Formats: sequence, structure tokens, C-alpha cells
Amino acid sequence: MPSLIDFRRRIRSVKNTQQITKAMKMVSAAKLRRAQERVIAARPYAKLMREMLANLVAAAASDDRAADSPWLVKREVKRVDLIFISSDTGLAGAFNSNLLKAAQRFHEEHAGAEMTLTLVGRKGRDFYRKRQAKILSEHINVLNRPGYQDAAEIAKEVIRRYKDGETDAVYLINNDFKSVMTALLSVTQLLPLELPKQDAAQAQTDYIYEQSPLDMLERLMPRFVEVAVLRGMLETVAAYQAARMTAMDTASSNAKDVIDSLTLHMNRVRQAAITKEIIEVVSGAAAAE
Amino acid sequence: MADTPSSQTMLLQLVSPERVLVEEHVTEAQIPALDGYIGAMPGHAPLLSALKAGGVMTYTANGQTKTLAVYGGFVEVLPDSVRVLADAAEFGSEINREKAQARLQAATKASEQTPAENVDPQLALDELNRAQAAVDAASAKS
Repeated sequence: MPSLIDFRRRIRSVKNTQQITKAMKMVSAAKLRRAQERVIAARPYAKLMREMLANLVAAAASDDRAADSPWLVKREVKRVDLIFISSDTGLAGAFNSNLLKAAQRFHEEHAGAEMTLTLVGRKGRDFYRKRQAKILSEHINVLNRPGYQDAAEIAKEVIRRYKDGETDAVYLINNDFKSVMTALLSVTQLLPLELPKQDAAQAQTDYIYEQSPLDMLERLMPRFVEVAVLRGMLETVAAYQAARMTAMDTASSNAKDVIDSLTLHMNRVRQAAITKEIIEVVSGAAAAE
Repeated sequence: MADTPSSQTMLLQLVSPERVLVEEHVTEAQIPALDGYIGAMPGHAPLLSALKAGGVMTYTANGQTKTLAVYGGFVEVLPDSVRVLADAAEFGSEINREKAQARLQAATKASEQTPAENVDPQLALDELNRAQAAVDAASAKS
């Protein structure tokens, strides 16, 4: 039976842990709010860009050089580039392992294709380092405050590879922020471009094109990939902070349960000790009579 | 003329990948398109264009004119709206003029040195344009 002092020590230790997890929860809550604001701020651009792209693709298809444009021609998919976004740090429950599971599934689905990876975030990097994987580039510590420049840097090499025909398709795996409780796994095909049907149907305005649609498409497509990467990073950061907040909340309430049960045990031990002492006193007095 | 306000103004949206800079009803906008400035007023024919790597954009809302530096992107003009997708942009009032000047000097120096090894002349020129736009936008504000 552990003694009273052992219980006190354990309780103090768990209380310290609880304070830490509580503080981490607060930090994540604050960071989550900022991350959410940035996700929302980035949405209008992505929306306008999709609409513009739909118009341009429709217009550029009639260009007689369209057959030579790498952005419009679909190649047989033999080589795939995957941009994988995970978080730099853990302590967020199943956040990263869910991402890695999705990546594994993706590998199985594209088993016939040659896979090249662009890794954003330390967790994904550590995972693939241990395995036989072809890694194009690694980006660590960019998720603290992801900006457009970072996204452009990450996307640059992938865009060049697709344009030069070194890869046939580009996919992005990340976690989307849906709500505080749920992160939504997202596997997106970035290239070749797949436009949702309703976007294509909206493309009906008869524009004056200052530059030829195909030239504009050439300029817009790299932006499209960069913005998708930026969005992926922002979403992942928000989802990560949400997952971490939830995990830390669970940890805090678990700590509370542990403290409660320890306190209960401690009181039992204390009471047993008191009872024992009373019995000793009483029986001692009885013996003296 | 008793025109309704809606036919005298158009909605100007200027967004960068990171934030929304302008969302306002304006009477006029000057846009630094790739092949020269476009003056857009309500009722303009639909138009799509790329933007210069660096240019100064102005717009007038409620009689007040505001100036921005816009660093590349695209513009879509519709009769009742103008939508600018900027790679990056900042208000003239946000730009630190000393820093912008220093940037311009560095860019000028770099572009004078071209053709140098491992420097793309186009990139140097774009940077020069951006720096110039920043300085112009910062100066126009005061």
C-alpha cells in the first residue's frame, strides 16, 4: 500500500501536467482563431481564380496551339507528384497518423505510377525518411506563419516538372479545417486541371482578351497551383490547432479524473491510518485497565 | 441627371492570396494591365487581362481617390464590377517610403548589371517595376 506522502506527490505531479495541458489548450485556441481568420481571408482569391480559370480554359481550348500546351493536354499518368502537408509538431491526437494513413492509401491506389514527394511539415518528413521514397524537397518550419512566398517556393519545382513533362499528375494531401472537432482529410488533384461542372457551365461571358487566352492561362496556372498549396497549408494549420486544442482538452479532463481518483485513494489511506491509531489507543487503554 | 447610384458605381474587389484589400463601390478605377493602363468606369465591356509585374492602381470612391501598388496578377472587368486578382498588393499609405527607395536603388543596380550570370533579365526587370510601383504609390499618397 503506497503511503500518504506518495499519493500527495503523485497528485502534485498530475496537477502540474494538467496545468501544462490547460495552457497548451489556451495557446492552441488563440492560434486557431488566427489561423481560421487567415483561411477565411484567403477564400475570395481562390474563388475568383477558379471562375477566371473556367473562362480561360473554355476560351483557350479553341486556340490552335492548345494541343501543345502542357496545361490543357492530359497525359497518361505514369508519374505522379504528391505534395504532402503534415504538421511540424505532434500532441494533436491522431492528426498526423490519419494523414499518413491517407497517404498510404494513395500510394496503394497509384501503385503503378512512379511517385515523387514534396513534403511540408516535419512529421511527414520523418515518416518518409525512414522509408524508400523519392523525395523532391522538404519544407520544415514553414507552417508557423505560411505566406504566399512560402507556397510559391514549395510549388515552384513541382510546376516546372509538370510543365516540362517530368511528371504527369500532381496531387495534394492535407487536412481541411471543418470544425473544431473534425478535420477533413483532403486529397486533391491539382494537375491536370479538373474543373467542377458548375464552374464550367458559368463560363459564358464573352470577354475581350487583352492577351490571348492561352497566354493568360500559362500565367494563371502556376498561380493556381501556388494558391492551392497556400490554401492547403492554411487549412492544415487551422485543422492542426483545432486537433491540438481538442487533444489538450481531453488530456486536461483526463488529468482531472486521475486527480479525483488519487484523492479518493489518498483519503481512504488517511482514514485507515486514523482508524488504526484510534484502535491502538483504545486497545492500549483497555490493556492498561 | 437623376441617375440611380448603382449605374454610376461598380463594385471593385481587389484580393491577394492572403487577404481582401478592397471591396468597395467605386466610380472609376485605373488598372495597370500588362499592355498599358486600363481606365474602367461603370458599363465597361467584359475584359480579361494580365497585370504588369509592378504598377500603380488608383480608384475613386465617394470622391476620394486611393492609391495602391499592385505587383502582378489578373483583372476581370465586367459592366458592374471590377475584380483584381493580385499576386501581391499594398496601399500607398502602408508603404515605408525609405524602404521602397532602398529597394528601388537595389533593383536599379541589379538591372544595370544584367546581363549578368545566373540573373534572369526578365526577373530583374520585374523587380525594378515592382520597386518603382512601390515608390510611386508611396509618393502619390502624401
